[in-house]
Amino acid sequence: MTKKQKDEFVRIDGRKRDELRKPYIIEAGVISKADGSAMVQSGKTIVFAAVYGPRKVIPKHLEDQEKALLRVRYNMITFSVPDRKKPGPDKRSMEISKVIEHALRRVVFLEDYPRTAIDVYLEVVQADAGTRVAALTAASVALADAGIHMRDLLPAVAVGRVNGEIVLDLNKEEEDVENAVDLPFAYLPSTDEVVLLQMDGITDVDEIHEMIELAKKGCIEIYKLQKRALQRKYERYLINE
Amino acid sequence: MIKKTSSQKQDEKINSLSDITKIVYPGEIIYEGLDAIPGSGVYRRENKIISKTVGIVKKRGSVINVIPLNGIYLPKPGDYVIGEIIDIGVNFWLVDINSPYDGFLGIYDIADFIDKEVDISNIYDVGDLIYAKIFRVTKTKYINLTMKDPQAKKLHKGYVIEIPASKVPRVIGRGGSMIKVIKEKTQTRILVGQNGRIWIYGKNADVAAEAIMYVEENSLKKGLTDMVGKLIEEKLKS
Amino acid sequence: MITQTALEFIKRRIISGERLDDRRLDEYRKIKIERGTNVNAEGSASVKIGETHVIAGVKMQVGEPFKDTPDEGILITSAEFLPTSSSDIEPGPPGVDEIEVGRVIDRGIREGKVIDLKKLCLVEGEKVWIIFLDLYLINNAGNIYDAMALAAMSALLDAKIPKLDENYEIIEKEYEGKLPIQHKVLSLTAYKVGNVIFYDPNDKEEDVIEARLTVGVRDDGKIVSLQKSLDGSFTIKEIKEILVRQRDLALKMMKKYL
Repeated sequence: MTKKQKDEFVRIDGRKRDELRKPYIIEAGVISKADGSAMVQSGKTIVFAAVYGPRKVIPKHLEDQEKALLRVRYNMITFSVPDRKKPGPDKRSMEISKVIEHALRRVVFLEDYPRTAIDVYLEVVQADAGTRVAALTAASVALADAGIHMRDLLPAVAVGRVNGEIVLDLNKEEEDVENAVDLPFAYLPSTDEVVLLQMDGITDVDEIHEMIELAKKGCIEIYKLQKRALQRKYERYLINE
Repeated sequence: MIKKTSSQKQDEKINSLSDITKIVYPGEIIYEGLDAIPGSGVYRRENKIISKTVGIVKKRGSVINVIPLNGIYLPKPGDYVIGEIIDIGVNFWLVDINSPYDGFLGIYDIADFIDKEVDISNIYDVGDLIYAKIFRVTKTKYINLTMKDPQAKKLHKGYVIEIPASKVPRVIGRGGSMIKVIKEKTQTRILVGQNGRIWIYGKNADVAAEAIMYVEENSLKKGLTDMVGKLIEEKLKS
Repeated sequence: MITQTALEFIKRRIISGERLDDRRLDEYRKIKIERGTNVNAEGSASVKIGETHVIAGVKMQVGEPFKDTPDEGILITSAEFLPTSSSDIEPGPPGVDEIEVGRVIDRGIREGKVIDLKKLCLVEGEKVWIIFLDLYLINNAGNIYDAMALAAMSALLDAKIPKLDENYEIIEKEYEGKLPIQHKVLSLTAYKVGNVIFYDPNDKEEDVIEARLTVGVRDDGKIVSLQKSLDGSFTIKEIKEILVRQRDLALKMMKKYL
């Protein structure tokens, strides 16, 4: 394939291979009662994140003397998907909660808050693929909004291969294409650390290299949007110096 | 032209950080150089000092801190806090200080001599409010309070409102300017706890409380002291 | 946590008629309602009253009717307070407050005959439409009852009936007409502290509420449900006044928002 052909590639929804879905929106401070909160929308996928904490651990004997407990709950509401989902956790949501928790562990300074708990609630209000990466992106902004000490903001995005093409931020239609590969990815640009990596599909080493490079680009872009979301909330009243 | 020594140049570099009302975010590099010391709200990676939180940079000497714009109250030795007695032990009280960490007030932290026969709930009972000083915070954040301080006291009259601890500096104001305006215009007595609890007593306590809540809600705006002054004048008229 | 005496401060302001945010006793915060907010639901709505945020969704499935009503569709209403909504909500099965609000909203819709359930019969005794009306509280900044009521009715008004193939399987993304709505119902709540009746408390004001009365009003002015909650009480005079007030207010709000 010539370079020209590669550059002219257009996806099912008209996007170029390295374009995030439209609209891609991040807002901070959307849930007033929470200590920190955020909403991430990528195309039709919409996720809310609320953080409560650090707060007391009940029962007390579950306390960790050295650091905060980090408890993450990823949940999909009943009408987030076309086939109504029964309320309550299922295996998938429990696995996703765990994977997101492990990613956040790498960025939150849990040791700054011994004997407390930090609760992160992620609610998928509408699902169109890429819910776990949108949830993690939102969680990171919500934690920053709550003033919880972190090494950095943590962006996440899904990449994949659809009809033989490596693309960024798959929607459901692309994910459902036969032989598609889906690769969720979370990355800290400043220290070159991958903290979330999963993959569904059949691929090879070279393709994964290509996907990871594209995912990295996507994360760098999302990082800027995360920061801008916080700036919009906290710099609302600052007169430009 | 006056030649600056390298240490003068370094001081200027660190000093200039506080001149800008710039908000920093987690992961943002605030300073590069091994001559500055990371304080609170920041961490060091290689030769860089990086913010841990959303906040404003403040330097003290060569120590660089980020004062958070949000977040829970993290108790520090020397802080005055308003606490509520939540439990009574044999010779101690457990005190809620609006933090995931409770304060511990031992019987010898209130006076040097206590009659052995005394029922200590007669001194402070569950529900009582005290203005106390934190004198020790351990590594695992066990908090020791003391009442053996000239400013410490039990709070009888008046009432206590609560705002996020991160807004307390704004309520106090630069050099105490904001709290002074509120106290003087409403003729009330006010004690501000670093933990976000504020005790108010006086005829116009309600107006003072409203003024404080107004500061909390508009904390990021400029010209707030004047706005608060005007609000109090209006409320006092009606 | 606010201390006892600070709660007295809030009570005083309400009783004096001068609320903290300068609202009148019967004044609502800004209400924002959007319909069709969820593309995967047959009907949906998002309601904000001040910062209180509720979303509602209608999902429809084909199923068996109840034995005693073989020619009627089924409505199942449930409410959930998401753990995002406040610090005292933990994830888990619905608590008694969630169950109560779901049932109160359901009662108003059912007793008021909002949906003509007979029109939802596909094969008598065998197949009917089952309507799931799911209400979610995202942020609890006070007066969740009214927000839920507005969201429920808005979602029902937004709902479309999916097209079915010959085997009564739903054909995705194809619809045939809207849900057969024959009445609108709005349940509005009056709150009491001291001797004062007021409306739309924000989250600080909710801490001092002593009693609550939810009145379900239909668009023809009929009262279709009542629920008194919390351990305070109302005098008979107060109830009579509230009923008239709520009826007029609900009719006005239905005209404006539904």
